[in-house]
Amino acid sequence: MGYAIEGTTGTWEVVVGLEVHAQVISNAKLFSGSATAFGAEPNSQVSFVDAAFPGMLPVINRECVRQAVRTGLGLNAHINVVSHFDRKNYFYADLPSGYQISQYQHPVVGAGVVEVQLSDGSTKQIGVTRLHLEQDAGKSLHDQHPTKSFIDLNRAGVALMEIVSEPDIRSPEEAGAYVRKLRSILRYLGTCDGNMEEGSMRADVNVSVRKHGEPYRTRCEIKNVNSVRFVMQAVEAEAQRQVEVWEAGGTVQQETRLFDSARGVTRPMRSKEDAHDYRYFPDPDLLPLVLDEAWIEELRLALPELPDTKQARFMRDYGLTAYDAGVLIAEKETAAFFETVAKGRDAKTAANWVTGDFFAALNRTGGSIENPPVSAQNLGKLLDLMADNTINGRIAKNVFEAMVETGKDPASIVDENGLRQVTDTSAIDDAVARIVAANQDKVAEYKSGKDKLFGFFVGQTMKAMAGKGNPALINEALKKALS
Amino acid sequence: MSLDPATIRRIASLARIRVEEHEVETLQTELNSILGWIEQLNEVNVDGVEPLTGGARMAMKMRDDVVTDGGYPEKVLANAPDRNGDFYAVPKVVE
Amino acid sequence: MTQLTDLTIVQARDGLREKDFSAVDLTLAHLNGIEALNPRLNAFITVSHSQALDQARAADKALAAGEQRALTGIPLAIKDLFCTAGVRTTAGSKILGPFVPPYESSVTANLLRDGAVFLGKTNLDEFAMGSSNMTSAYGPVENPWKRRQDANAVLVPGGSSGGSAAAVAARLAMGATGTDTGGSIRQPASFCGLVGVKPSYGRCSRWGVVAFASSLDHPGPFARTVRDGAILLGSMAGHDPKDSTSADMPVPDYEAACARGVKGLRIGVPLEYRMDGMPGEIEALWRQGLDWLRSAGAEIVDVSLPHTKYGLATYYIVAPAEASSNLARYDGVRFGLRHDGEDLRDLYERTRAEGFGPEVRRRIMIGTYVLSAGYYDAYYLRAQKIRALILKDFTDVFANVDALLTPTAPSAAFAQGENMDDPIKMYLNDVFTVPADLAGVPAISIPAGLDVNGLPLGLQVIGKVFDEETVFAVAAEVERAAGFTALPAIRAGG
Repeated sequence: MGYAIEGTTGTWEVVVGLEVHAQVISNAKLFSGSATAFGAEPNSQVSFVDAAFPGMLPVINRECVRQAVRTGLGLNAHINVVSHFDRKNYFYADLPSGYQISQYQHPVVGAGVVEVQLSDGSTKQIGVTRLHLEQDAGKSLHDQHPTKSFIDLNRAGVALMEIVSEPDIRSPEEAGAYVRKLRSILRYLGTCDGNMEEGSMRADVNVSVRKHGEPYRTRCEIKNVNSVRFVMQAVEAEAQRQVEVWEAGGTVQQETRLFDSARGVTRPMRSKEDAHDYRYFPDPDLLPLVLDEAWIEELRLALPELPDTKQARFMRDYGLTAYDAGVLIAEKETAAFFETVAKGRDAKTAANWVTGDFFAALNRTGGSIENPPVSAQNLGKLLDLMADNTINGRIAKNVFEAMVETGKDPASIVDENGLRQVTDTSAIDDAVARIVAANQDKVAEYKSGKDKLFGFFVGQTMKAMAGKGNPALINEALKKALS
Repeated sequence: MSLDPATIRRIASLARIRVEEHEVETLQTELNSILGWIEQLNEVNVDGVEPLTGGARMAMKMRDDVVTDGGYPEKVLANAPDRNGDFYAVPKVVE
Repeated sequence: MTQLTDLTIVQARDGLREKDFSAVDLTLAHLNGIEALNPRLNAFITVSHSQALDQARAADKALAAGEQRALTGIPLAIKDLFCTAGVRTTAGSKILGPFVPPYESSVTANLLRDGAVFLGKTNLDEFAMGSSNMTSAYGPVENPWKRRQDANAVLVPGGSSGGSAAAVAARLAMGATGTDTGGSIRQPASFCGLVGVKPSYGRCSRWGVVAFASSLDHPGPFARTVRDGAILLGSMAGHDPKDSTSADMPVPDYEAACARGVKGLRIGVPLEYRMDGMPGEIEALWRQGLDWLRSAGAEIVDVSLPHTKYGLATYYIVAPAEASSNLARYDGVRFGLRHDGEDLRDLYERTRAEGFGPEVRRRIMIGTYVLSAGYYDAYYLRAQKIRALILKDFTDVFANVDALLTPTAPSAAFAQGENMDDPIKMYLNDVFTVPADLAGVPAISIPAGLDVNGLPLGLQVIGKVFDEETVFAVAAEVERAAGFTALPAIRAGG
């Protein structure tokens, strides 16, 4: 039926909308010439404009606009040729000017859509309402001093894209899938690195519950959730909490909450002031942003192949399942790795080796796809050695581990270790004969109906051949010997 | 549109300017007088008029994505009334 | 021989080139005047003696090498709203504390580029909010002009650029910078018998100018002659990529435009500027101004700017709204005054209560209110629509005439303490100047006559956007015809 919470008064569904804040990849900030690189010394990437000194003024960075437009195009969204910047006014220590330059009624990007795949194999379209550009705030450190908070403005003014979804999400799984997909699209485009741990992508999760067929009830916003897992957990926890409130006869209060990942619950934020009267008005230090349609079209034509298209192509051209293709295209670099391995080879075998042994090695060694434990070329060569029967599958696994350890190419490893597969039928027949002779009791059991014992004979034969026997030939010889 | 004391206090709070109790009444009188005077604008027919947001009516110029600023933490911190090493310091905020 | 402090910029330029005197002589003469008169007039908040002399010496070096730029060695006063590197900048407020800017505003950088000498920072209404210089945290400024029959009355120089106006009128500087948001250059110019220039919006960069109302702030010059004003504007103006609202247009030769004359020009007379209760002498001076232009070959045309009377109310929504946001950065955290508090909110509230004066607080609160939830449409949005109508009035009229002639202010300078009981009375000073700020069109005030008390009255020329040249041409003609030679009672060497 779909995700539902069974309550005492009936079945509840959850309604979720996500606002994702994604830091734009650019050299300089949105309205100033300061650097954006992560991890710099405090306040070393701060200009007088960022620190809101008297008389300072904003000037917009073309690259940030370009990245926002490309992201909009990647979301199949409408690009607004004219958009406006507005001031969102509020006081906080990490907001030096006392206002954030954002876009309120006229964002640069309008409605779009993100398609997600769910574990049951179905797909769902999640609407994107809009995307706009705005300034990020600085950072406050509250734990460095007993009575003071410390302010670092390095991040103040970095460009953010705020991507707002329609309230189309109906389960924790859908929420997680949406964030994952969005992240993937942003990384493919190179407009945001999607690093949620470092804070370059954060999600505000809007949750409400209702019984089927009802209009929307009050929603709460859970701010700054910084992992896909926590997004899913927060949805679950908050939905449960709200159902309990309604069922107890209470009313859910509209409020801003935080997700406490240690306890797995949401709690209200402490600063509850003025119910956010932001007094939006058009920023008088800026003019309307007017885009050239030809420029937008150029950007559209130059977009890289995006996840959905790549996945469809992999399914079509490599005969992969949606699931396998989905795993391979999650990161653009992994997909490229796979395509190198698969070129001119059996795609399914390539897919199995990449998603199986290779991913396991990646995890184990803590390597990255940019610096892989085994190169795509070498993995391809390993597949070639199996395809031409130089080695069998079992040996191949050992060779692969040796490749991870030594970095050598597979042919060298096979030769150095004498691992060539034995296809000489007389050698195989000899080994089979020896095993059959040494296990007459099992032979009798097998012949009397214990078919499973065939595997025992295969194993023993392979062992006697130091793993190098050709499996197909061993099977054939055993069948003959045991008939 | 007449402002009552509660509204005066709310505005002062939004504007982060401390207003003592004894000042509320005077502010009320002054602000109401100004707002009353402004009411004359309601006489004007603005149907179909697009709001003007500034004298400059040109396309906004955009900057190249080059790092041209920042990198002077000393200058940015030098005027701070309360500074702690490389940070601005404020009374601790509990979130 | 004319005293050095009585020279115009044109005369000083010539004198320096002819080596009649040195730049140091010129600067010293002004510094002496400041020393003698500033304690009384309070026109300057900060006097930069040693910097000025250093700059004068550098000017003499340049002159000796045969280099003379537009303002080499010319001593100027800078309104304390412009950030000047290494020189304290207060914006007339306590809240900036001892702030010394580590950067130079674009406009003053232009003046320095052209060789000017800066004598110091002039007094102003706090954050440029006022029409009398009475709201300054550094005390009021005395107008160097005195009423003929009442030498005791201390008069205001107008505002917000009261200090700049008083300094130039008292011959403590040869020219000065100001900013005009609702009339803050032209009205004090009128009160102090000076030429005050408000160029088109975007003509002078706002980068480094402490912001009051971003869409209304216009940096511009004060001078004693139209031609001097043209020279100053020519130096101050120009596109600045650091200001997104800066006009990317070449700066014409304003000095040359002063000599154009007005033959064949059509001068409009907006009927709505003839307001109830307008003093007879101002009306008479206005008519006289029209006669002067007619005699010089211009055609006088009656025109209508129907939304004129709504200008002030429109201004008093838009300006406070923008100011309420622009002044949010004064919070005691990164620079300026700090009043400690129990928590962050308390820090903000106490710092700002202590640092802002009553007029600034009033305007921030009005601004906060008109932008607040539920009121934005009724106030701010409506005001910006009326502003569009005011601009349209000008645009329509300028399809048919080349410039307009109006009075600058509804009275001559009044005394300190007058008009203080009701904020609105003070606001009414700007009734003739505000529309040009709202529309962003250029306007110049020229001293045209004296009232019955011997106080200066100004006439205002308003022109098409980016057509300062025509405005200078008309202003120069009014100046020529008016033959205004009266001098203020308090002046250097006087």
